[in-house]
Amino acid sequence: MNLPTAVGAEPAGTTTAEIALTVNGQVRPLELDLRTSLLDALREHLHLTGTKKGCDHGQCGACTVLINGRRINSCLTLAVMHQDDDIVTIEGLGSPGSLHPMQAAFVECDGFQCGYCTPGQICSAVAMLNEVKAGWPSHVTADVAARRITLTNEEIRERMSGNICRCAAYPNIVAAIRDVAEGARQ
Amino acid sequence: MKAFTYERATDPGSAVAAVSRAGAKFISGGTNLLDLMKLEIEQPTHLVDISRLPFRDIEELPDGGLRIGAQAANSDVAAHPLVRAHYPVLSQALVSGASGQLRNKASIGGNLLQRTRCPYFYDTPSACNKRDPGSGCAAIGGINRIHAILGASDACIATHPSDMAVALAALDAKIELLRAGGATRTVAIGDFHRLPGDTPHIETVLEPGEMITAVILPPQPPGRQLYRKVRDRASYEFALVSVAVIVAAERATIIAARVAFGGVAHKPWRSPEAEAALVGRSATMATYRAAAEAAMKDAVGRGHNDFKIDLAKRALCRTLAHAAEEG
Repeated sequence: MNLPTAVGAEPAGTTTAEIALTVNGQVRPLELDLRTSLLDALREHLHLTGTKKGCDHGQCGACTVLINGRRINSCLTLAVMHQDDDIVTIEGLGSPGSLHPMQAAFVECDGFQCGYCTPGQICSAVAMLNEVKAGWPSHVTADVAARRITLTNEEIRERMSGNICRCAAYPNIVAAIRDVAEGARQ
Repeated sequence: MKAFTYERATDPGSAVAAVSRAGAKFISGGTNLLDLMKLEIEQPTHLVDISRLPFRDIEELPDGGLRIGAQAANSDVAAHPLVRAHYPVLSQALVSGASGQLRNKASIGGNLLQRTRCPYFYDTPSACNKRDPGSGCAAIGGINRIHAILGASDACIATHPSDMAVALAALDAKIELLRAGGATRTVAIGDFHRLPGDTPHIETVLEPGEMITAVILPPQPPGRQLYRKVRDRASYEFALVSVAVIVAAERATIIAARVAFGGVAHKPWRSPEAEAALVGRSATMATYRAAAEAAMKDAVGRGHNDFKIDLAKRALCRTLAHAAEEG
């Protein structure tokens, strides 16, 4: 029989917290169990259900949000760790009538089928293009010391590999990202 | 996930003091720890958040080396101009691991402390001496395709999953540690991780309460640097075998060589045997093959992972040939 090594150990002190998160420009007070992931805080407490829960283990990318402009998996971080951060979800990027260029490109290019991974794909793609602009190398960049990245389809696919689409809309996702990168829509 | 208490450390001294409490653990990026806490493989009762400590800087040292703060994100290190210019093997290893999202969150210190991806370690009903000391090893005699071929024991055949650590092994990095009371020490990367022996649950030489504060790189070594990773998917997958090489040649004779493997052992696997078989010899495929044989002389397959022995040899030959071409 397998018993966890720390079985029976109890925390000494409070296991809840009153915090405030800055989400899409608004300060939102919350009272949370400390175990609450940022993803669950957004979905279950703030009812921002655009951010999706797929695997809940950092493997699928459906929960991708932007923290201080950088993409992360919101399922693999605690809400309590992000009190001083600027959090942007898909709802903060754009809304019907005023879509973010990446949202518009996904619609235009048919970059989805069921749509479940799409908010994560879009948040990831927006931050990914900023990483390219900053000259960050990737695994397929021939020379990591090169200061400028040529955004080939191979580069887009490698840089987006943390976002899984089980409908396999990948060709159109790449097309949508390419459209935005090339300034086809502003 | 089990309940825990939480505090955000405001300075290094209070962080190491806070973690001395029984059941306490540091959390930084959290990408591995929280995953394991969800599965209740890790059950800390208190988390000390060290992610805001002032250990994010990457600074050039007076001797020409580099000091990388332990809280620096993997992506910041991979993209840093000095890393890309002087330690490309480190940049290449970092960007070959995980995904863009994970690299933005995972810290350098946490990367070193990643736990194995052995599926039996994750599968809580299975026997695992690493998760539950004394329970046995389900990987031995089980499906062990991804497991170790070097330095394993009859208690554990798990591998260390980090790409970064393989590059650090080739670069002779040192790990800077801080303990309660304020004393510091540095440990060579080769001495930092342990082989499994009969205590596979003890993975590093970190003492209770010790915190990683920085990774120190010596000045850039001479030669071409190259990291190559072989895996089941083209992206976002752990290595079956990876190789970091740093090779310098003069008039087609190898004058300096460093070789480290990933995905083959419980720690990043530096191969002095391969290095000895390279230095002073001509930069030819025959030399590379001899080095590969020397590196894998003591390799032992466990059945499904037998192919890794040949794969590691071929990966080394190809990486050395590629490095010579680019040179």
